[in-house]
Amino acid sequence: MSMSLSPQQSSVRSTSLEESLTPVLRVRDLSCFYGRTKALEAVSMEIYEGKVTAIIGPSGCGKSTFLKTLNRIGEMESNLRIQGKIELFGKDIYDRKVNLNLVRRLVGMIFQQPNPFAMSIFDNVVYGVRAFSRPRESELNRIVETSLKSAALWDEVKDNLDGSGLDLSGGQQQRLCIARALAVSPKVLLMDEPCSALDPIATMKIESLIRELQKKLTIVIVTHNMQQAARVSDYTAFFSADENRIGQLVEFDQTAQMFMEASQQNTRDYVAGRFG
Amino acid sequence: MGNFSEQSYRSNRQSFTDTGNVQDLLSHWSDRGFQGLTFVAALITAAVPFWMSALIFQQAQPAIAKFGLSFLWTQDWNVDQNIFGALPYIYGTLVSSAIALVIALPIGVAVAIITSEDVFPSWLQSPIAVVVELIAAIPSVIVGLWGRFILIPALAPLQEFLFGHFKWLPIFNTQPFGPSMLMAGIVLAIMILPTIAAISREVLRAISQDLRNGAFALGSTQWETIWHITLPAAASGIFGGASLALGRALGETMAVTMVIGNVTGIDVSLLSPGNTIPALLANQFSEATDPVHIGALMYLALVLFLVTLTVNALAVVMVRFLTRHA
Repeated sequence: MSMSLSPQQSSVRSTSLEESLTPVLRVRDLSCFYGRTKALEAVSMEIYEGKVTAIIGPSGCGKSTFLKTLNRIGEMESNLRIQGKIELFGKDIYDRKVNLNLVRRLVGMIFQQPNPFAMSIFDNVVYGVRAFSRPRESELNRIVETSLKSAALWDEVKDNLDGSGLDLSGGQQQRLCIARALAVSPKVLLMDEPCSALDPIATMKIESLIRELQKKLTIVIVTHNMQQAARVSDYTAFFSADENRIGQLVEFDQTAQMFMEASQQNTRDYVAGRFG
Repeated sequence: MGNFSEQSYRSNRQSFTDTGNVQDLLSHWSDRGFQGLTFVAALITAAVPFWMSALIFQQAQPAIAKFGLSFLWTQDWNVDQNIFGALPYIYGTLVSSAIALVIALPIGVAVAIITSEDVFPSWLQSPIAVVVELIAAIPSVIVGLWGRFILIPALAPLQEFLFGHFKWLPIFNTQPFGPSMLMAGIVLAIMILPTIAAISREVLRAISQDLRNGAFALGSTQWETIWHITLPAAASGIFGGASLALGRALGETMAVTMVIGNVTGIDVSLLSPGNTIPALLANQFSEATDPVHIGALMYLALVLFLVTLTVNALAVVMVRFLTRHA
């Protein structure tokens, strides 16, 4: 039972040997608190452009909390507070002068439960677009088509764009949410266990979609499913909670490295399924 | 750790082998008795409305026989000549309740938004919610007294203003003198406000945070999210709350009686006094002796019964419709 994790033990290796990596998000010494309770301590890592970064770890290790700090949505639903710094393209998103709505537009998010709005498929996709501008109908049509195509949903719904988004299957709803997020052309897409409510076939579709989307944007995905992390991600961050239930980043590395020969015993145990 | 589990294992074993206990559990007489008791209680409860309507219907017979359905569109109410018509009261009931709903619905939903969405800090939210819900605890006779002696004088300038500047509108074209349909509507609005606010609040709170987050994640502001996402998702529930409130307004007696003026007749102007079914019933029951008069009052009660039943039935249908199309 030696599960004490101190920051000294964690190793965050720099692995940019074979290619030059541009960090889109740079997290520096991030600590999170719910009220007075510390949930996450001293996380520093970078999210690289055009890469899929998976965040894995046992329940309660703060991985969802971490994800929700990246577009400042955590503070909307609870008394989440942070210390430290998160930079998006070099700009501190917790700066007081920052335009929150713009941050969330640049950093889109997909949730555990598909959450289409109670409106038509078409209106769902253009919701975010309409919130910021009043494009012409032809422009909206174009956005809907490209977004739905990018989300691999176009062929299934193109004849039923006026139908309710809620009448779709769970997997289709999730892809609708992805299309909705893509419609405002984000630079980063955060996915909070996007497949946990879906069946294996729908999961497979989302996973291949992630690989496709990676060509255009940066993805951060929180997942419980280690196979999924191994399948879809280029980089993996392993979070774990210490004996005080404070989440920490244990290890961050290329996914292959993490699953083959992680440097930390904890990581090796977790990816081998020995706890969590 | 090991010790504890061994102990609990032993005690489990003991209770499983204790045949006396098991036999007690197997004898179902107490279960059956309880089942029977609840069934009878449920039956009695379900029978009460039927029994009530049957009695009212029976008592109304003299009036039904004399006036038939024309009772519903006759405007006279003459106790001396035994001529009775329900239309002014049906009109007054529906109009005063409609005014109440028009006023209370937006305010109630606003209160619900303020107290459920994170617009205000939570130390401000709960006091507001509690105070609004406290309104429901005020006895209606007290609301009526307050309405009669404080609200009506206080709002006299408003009534004068409406008459002075908007008398070209048919609904404001009579000289106000205090009690009026409008005052009844306002008093009713105050009384149904807590119902609308409390139900809408619960409905809004039940909407998953993920739905709101979905809008936030697309760059929506808080108000855009409330207006475009949260409220539409809550529409069916809010509508249900409004129907409950309307049901209460239709049946409210005491407070309305004290501020509506109790004048029989239909006047389109909201500044003129009127009357409602419950108010008339309360006013005339003690003095009614003639079977036809009593019958007419019972007939009115039956009409009120049907009106509230129709409102509630329509509400159920609408809520189902809205839920399906949400």
